[in-house]
Amino acid sequence: MIVRILSEGQWVVDEDALPELNEIDSALETAVANGDQQALTDALATLLERVRTIGEPVPDDMLAESDLILPEGDASLDEVRALLADNSGGLVPD
Amino acid sequence: MAGFFSRLALIFRSKADKALDRVEDPRQTLDYSYQRQLELLQKVRRGVADVATSRKRVELQAQQMQSEMQKLTLSAQRALEAGREDLAREALTRKSGLQAQLGDLQTQHATLQGEEEKLVRASTRLQAKVDAFRTRKETIKATYSAAEAQTRINEAFTGISEEMGDVGLAIQRAEDKTLQMQARASAVDELLASGALEDATGTYKDDITRELDSLASDAAVENELAAMKSQLAVGSGPAPTPALSSSSSTEASPQPGVAEASQESAQPQAAPQSPEDQ
Repeated sequence: MIVRILSEGQWVVDEDALPELNEIDSALETAVANGDQQALTDALATLLERVRTIGEPVPDDMLAESDLILPEGDASLDEVRALLADNSGGLVPD
Repeated sequence: MAGFFSRLALIFRSKADKALDRVEDPRQTLDYSYQRQLELLQKVRRGVADVATSRKRVELQAQQMQSEMQKLTLSAQRALEAGREDLAREALTRKSGLQAQLGDLQTQHATLQGEEEKLVRASTRLQAKVDAFRTRKETIKATYSAAEAQTRINEAFTGISEEMGDVGLAIQRAEDKTLQMQARASAVDELLASGALEDATGTYKDDITRELDSLASDAAVENELAAMKSQLAVGSGPAPTPALSSSSSTEASPQPGVAEASQESAQPQAAPQSPEDQ
């Protein structure tokens, strides 16, 4: 499974790590739903650190699609909401 | 992971799919995409230069603040030497105010440096992917014949699209942050230029310096006065000498009036006696 951390690059993460990552993912979702910036920052920091630790970096010259995309560690609630709400133009150049 | 952020991946994918659907000949998609990649690379490099410019400006401002703080330390030392603890305290208080501003600038500097490093890294990564895409594009175009090629085009396109989307976001973030920093840096520059910050530092420092200077000039005046007085005291030896010599000269060669007076006084004294004697 390939995971991208926005502005950092991609990592290949073993499927075995999924349950652990999903748990943190739930915490993130709750944090965003509750508008809790501190909880989002904490959960995001934990999640990114786990991905960097257990993952293998994807070589720069490899073109691969990600299965999962994580925001940057210092992302704000507004930024995360904007990313998820953004369904038209912006993320990918047309 | 079917969770929260898998939605982000889906957004990237659906955008790439939409872009592909719009083009009739997939080979054109490859060429068009490659052009966009080169443009994006240029944009990333400009972004790196912009962030570097902002960072250098913050560095310059931090240097200015540091030299202001050094001046205030010197003022405090001068004040203490002059026995003015109140002035020394004032100078040090202003210095600690500047210290807080400097801390803020240093945080900004660290943020800009982080953005700069991220963009440099993004630029390297994008360059490598663009190169890989170009190689793959030429291969696909040369062997283009069947639906198999279409699949490979889709793979290459979606792979690079995601990277471009990410880099595009990174540039946007860096631009936003740089603009914020530039606005704050301009505010500090304006303050420095208008003298308002000089008021907060310089003028404060100036009145301390002015008071120290006036203390010093008071001392200089006192010193000069004392020097003049002591010169006068030494000179009070020779100064009476002319007066003495003039009085002795009066004795030696009596002025006519004085001589007349003495003659007159001698004559009346003699005159009464002489009639009695006669």
